[in-house]
Amino acid sequence: MPVLWIVLIILALAVVGYIMGRQRALASAGGDSRKLHSLPSYYGSSVAIFTVVFSLLVLVCWLIIQPIVINNSVASTIPDTAIPEASSLGLVMSDVRRVANGLDLAVAGGAIPANEVSEISTEDTDLRGLLASVGVALGSDVSEPVLDAAQSYRNLSKTGNILMTVVVLAIAVGGFIFAFLRSHKDFRARNVVETSIRYLLILAASIAILTTIGIVLSLIFNTIDFFTLYPASDFFFGTTWSPSFGGGSQLGIIPLLWGTMYISIIALAVAVPIGLFAAVYLSEYASPKMRSFAKPLIEVLAGIPTIVYGLFALLTVGPLLLQVFGPNGTGWMGAASSVMTAGLVMGIMLIPFVSSLSDDIINAVPQAMRDGALGLGATKSETVKQVVLPAALPGIVGAILLAASRAIGETMIVVLGAGAAARLSLNPFEAMTTVTAKIVSQLTGDADFSSPEALVAFSLGMTLFVITLALNVLALYIVRKYREQYE
Amino acid sequence: MTDATSQNSVAGNERRTSSLYTLDARTRRRNAAETRFKIYGMTAVGIGLVFLVILLVTIVRNGIPAFTQTSFDMPVVLEAEALDPNGNRDPADISKVSTFGYNPLIEQALERLVAEHGIETEMSGADLRKMVSSGAAAQIRNTVLANPDLIGETVTFRVLASSRVDGYMKGRVTRDDLARDKNLDAEHLNIVDVLSEEGGLERAFNWAFITGSDASESRPEQAGIGVSMLGSLFMMLVVLLLALPIGVAASIYLEEFAPKNRWTDLIEVNISNLAAVPSIVFGILGLAVFIQLVGLPQSAPLVGGLVLTLMTLPTIIISTRASLKAVPPSIRDAALGVGASKTQAVFHHVLPLAMPGILTGTIIGLAQALGETAPLLLIGMVGFIASNYPDGITAGFLSPNSAMPAQIYEWAKRADPAYYERAWGGIIVLLLFLMTMNIIAILLRRRFERRW
Amino acid sequence: MNMTEMPTTAQNVKNMPQNTKISARDVQVYYGENHAIKDVNVEIEDRTVTAFIGPSGCGKSTFLRCLNRMNDTIDVCRVEGTIALDGEDIYDKKVDPVQLRAKVGMVFQKPNPFPKSIYDNIAYGPRIHGLAKNKAELDEIVEKSLRRGAIWDEVKDRLQAPGTGLSGGQQQRLCIARAVATEPEVLLMDEPCSALDPIATDQVEDLIDELRNQYSVVIVTHSMQQAARVSQKTAFFHLGNLVEYGETDQIFTNPKDPRTESYISGRIG
Repeated sequence: MPVLWIVLIILALAVVGYIMGRQRALASAGGDSRKLHSLPSYYGSSVAIFTVVFSLLVLVCWLIIQPIVINNSVASTIPDTAIPEASSLGLVMSDVRRVANGLDLAVAGGAIPANEVSEISTEDTDLRGLLASVGVALGSDVSEPVLDAAQSYRNLSKTGNILMTVVVLAIAVGGFIFAFLRSHKDFRARNVVETSIRYLLILAASIAILTTIGIVLSLIFNTIDFFTLYPASDFFFGTTWSPSFGGGSQLGIIPLLWGTMYISIIALAVAVPIGLFAAVYLSEYASPKMRSFAKPLIEVLAGIPTIVYGLFALLTVGPLLLQVFGPNGTGWMGAASSVMTAGLVMGIMLIPFVSSLSDDIINAVPQAMRDGALGLGATKSETVKQVVLPAALPGIVGAILLAASRAIGETMIVVLGAGAAARLSLNPFEAMTTVTAKIVSQLTGDADFSSPEALVAFSLGMTLFVITLALNVLALYIVRKYREQYE
Repeated sequence: MTDATSQNSVAGNERRTSSLYTLDARTRRRNAAETRFKIYGMTAVGIGLVFLVILLVTIVRNGIPAFTQTSFDMPVVLEAEALDPNGNRDPADISKVSTFGYNPLIEQALERLVAEHGIETEMSGADLRKMVSSGAAAQIRNTVLANPDLIGETVTFRVLASSRVDGYMKGRVTRDDLARDKNLDAEHLNIVDVLSEEGGLERAFNWAFITGSDASESRPEQAGIGVSMLGSLFMMLVVLLLALPIGVAASIYLEEFAPKNRWTDLIEVNISNLAAVPSIVFGILGLAVFIQLVGLPQSAPLVGGLVLTLMTLPTIIISTRASLKAVPPSIRDAALGVGASKTQAVFHHVLPLAMPGILTGTIIGLAQALGETAPLLLIGMVGFIASNYPDGITAGFLSPNSAMPAQIYEWAKRADPAYYERAWGGIIVLLLFLMTMNIIAILLRRRFERRW
Repeated sequence: MNMTEMPTTAQNVKNMPQNTKISARDVQVYYGENHAIKDVNVEIEDRTVTAFIGPSGCGKSTFLRCLNRMNDTIDVCRVEGTIALDGEDIYDKKVDPVQLRAKVGMVFQKPNPFPKSIYDNIAYGPRIHGLAKNKAELDEIVEKSLRRGAIWDEVKDRLQAPGTGLSGGQQQRLCIARAVATEPEVLLMDEPCSALDPIATDQVEDLIDELRNQYSVVIVTHSMQQAARVSQKTAFFHLGNLVEYGETDQIFTNPKDPRTESYISGRIG
């Protein structure tokens, strides 16, 4: 039974439960709702909650766990001999899944009658052609063990689905009956409903934690996989990045980190002075009218999606720089994509980020501090430079760190504007690439997810995550300390 | 005054009795520094604004042409011998004639069009056909298949000009560029010049760009953003349906119920850090968890929506908490005072009052999600030609599709400059959506702004 | 003093008494639409402590801030009339408020040391006004100012410690020392003791009394007792008007205006 149907049945059951629970409670009080412990709707809600919540939770967990369990049990049946040279269990398993999925599609599309599927063999059917006809492309012909595994995969999935339907619906009905029987006038329905709501709220709040755990686990497991195929020391200390899907890749992260840092530094060199001066001007000098006009306009820059900046870098800034610094100009630049292109555009993107964060921080410096300096006869700029900015320094450092973390994690601008070649060079007009750009290129090709060339993306992601996390934690800590100082 | 001053010698320092009306050199110097500093600040603000203007002007100037498209109006004789060799008007037989079979008809039609306008040319029909989109044959074929009765008649078709001709009409392609172009000669352009003056070639508003689907690399004149717009819509539905309730529930818990302990501290730190995690990392999460682990289909708007939900949640939680915090405690006290339970106080009183703020935050979060590209690259919503509208609601969520920013990225990567124009045009559409959302958010805030 | 440089607007204050330091004529202050100070005329004497008293919101602090143009920092604030320092109109276009504030120092209600070392707090004014030729001279100014602020003995061993680490009373004396360090001629104090405990208040009051020997001190205070203790002249403000101005003894023992009497006896406030 499709999942959608199960969900709809549960929901229908919940609606029925709401009405019946409400009526039963009212009936137990002889139709006089004043004799009930709680409002009638709470009795209905408690039945609905018991019907829906547990069954849906089980359903979701089941949907997540079943493929993993089946995958593992099928994988264990595949003999080592079935795994070709230069391949891995993971690769074979992805073939198995594809074949199983293709067979399902073939049945659904009517290419094979449902009762003949189990008799199919690799000898008398052109499975590859058959599956291609339903839109499942395979890299090679299907071998006998793979087909067997695919068949058992399908069988297990089918059993699993039936079992899931039964269990989930049983839980829904069980919850319904349990709660329905409790719907009596002395039952403290409101307390039960409110406690359930409380737990649901906690569950929602925990999703943030789950997301982090999900990120960390998906990065860690794949990184470990990668390091079993490729030595960690070569990854962290290698100075060459040249992936080749035929094998023999050199996957050193140093040139990528260098590109990332170089671009971020240029971006910050653009964004920090402009953003900081703009923040100082807007908060200390500008008239309220000017402020209410310029501040939102500058912040518009922050609301523009990064893809727009990427296009701007690729099609406008790059060619412009090429005219000035290219072969017809100073000759420093070979192609439109370069560290400078990406850095400049990223700098523009970060201006509002730096300026609004700094603005908040400068405004948090108490007016008394400014009065003190002005009262001594300091000019406004002296007050800003010698009193306000030093007082705001920790906060501003925090803001810059946050901006740096943004720059390091930025993807679209570098994918479109920085180029694709991994290089260790000092020339800012040369194309270089970054960690994020390589994550994209390693995971968007047709690469197979279990090859080191694809898995390296997870290690890159791990590195990126750790760096940005460290910067964020540090920045948030500094900013928080700074705010406490003036509270 | 002088004697007063002399009595008052302060440890050797004479009281300075300079007039206030004369600026001493030092003050003048300091004032100059002051002016300089102020100018730096103004320059910085100016640079920011100039960048904004340049960006917007670039987008508009490059993107507006995508909204018009050049096409030929030409009568095509639908010859029965070519289209229905058996002469029985059987749809099955007609459909056996492939698009190649229609090319001669187009060529004849073009030759007639050229002759009609008195242009002398030595080019063959096949050469002339280079001026027309390669999708024209399919367009005529589909019309014929839908109406077999048309066979044998002369029907005026409006067919798209090729992207080169279109580019020439828009000034993107110049005669100088043609030297390097194998597909079009100066002679073609002479014809185009005459036709555009005398009629037969027209540049009109391009609805197909807004409603249409993506096209293959060789037919930029046909590409549209409509299908990926639908992809974005389905993703936003997922984000709205998941992020709003989860975000509000999480915020209510953290703001109203959570005891101050390690666990809630952890959640809080987590949320503020998640808000700053690079979006590409969420893409990796989506790929590893939703696609590899759970086995959801690649390129599906559902997966995109799930990833964007996780990405937007911190934004929504942060803004929701701010609006819950803005509801004064007296409201809660009043509700508790008449015997409401804490849950009732929150859901009946605090939440409705905070709702405008929550919605504003949600819309801004959605706008952020709508423009996000990087995570979509990893879950396969790029490189995919979204050529068909999804068949229904379920297919809308589950069948492969693209999204507006991903489509723009895809066009930006293609080599043909005609696609760059599409990319800029796509950005205009995207920005119009974002602008609308932000304006709604601002209006909402204005309309319901409450001062306690 | 070069009288020829004086503009005509200040002519009417040419014949002021020998001892007048600041002379205000028909001063009006507006906060946007609000007329905060009305027709204030007052002569503030040199080497005297003048107290401004009056109920909250009567405009005494506003008027004080006019005397060194601190109100310039508030956009909506507008000042009319003439305020002359040594016969020179401080609101004249030629006057740079920066130079004015070097002559008319100010101490604020809440101690506001900069988040710098004690030494740098004091040295800040002399540095920006270029009062010291070298480090030794600066050291000298710092020590002298701290002594005059009656705080030298407490901080001499930790001049490099942050000024924010001192106690409230010490911070306020540090701020007074900081104001003194620029060699002002007038010292304005806006409720300098309102954030301090009685012992610290006592120390600051003693300090004010000593400062009288060299400066003209104007102090805004809420406390009538404090006004009576430290000042020689007292001005009573009410609803933006200067109601009465005279010798402190006379104001407190024999006020001429019934409003002053009501305030002093505690009936309005």
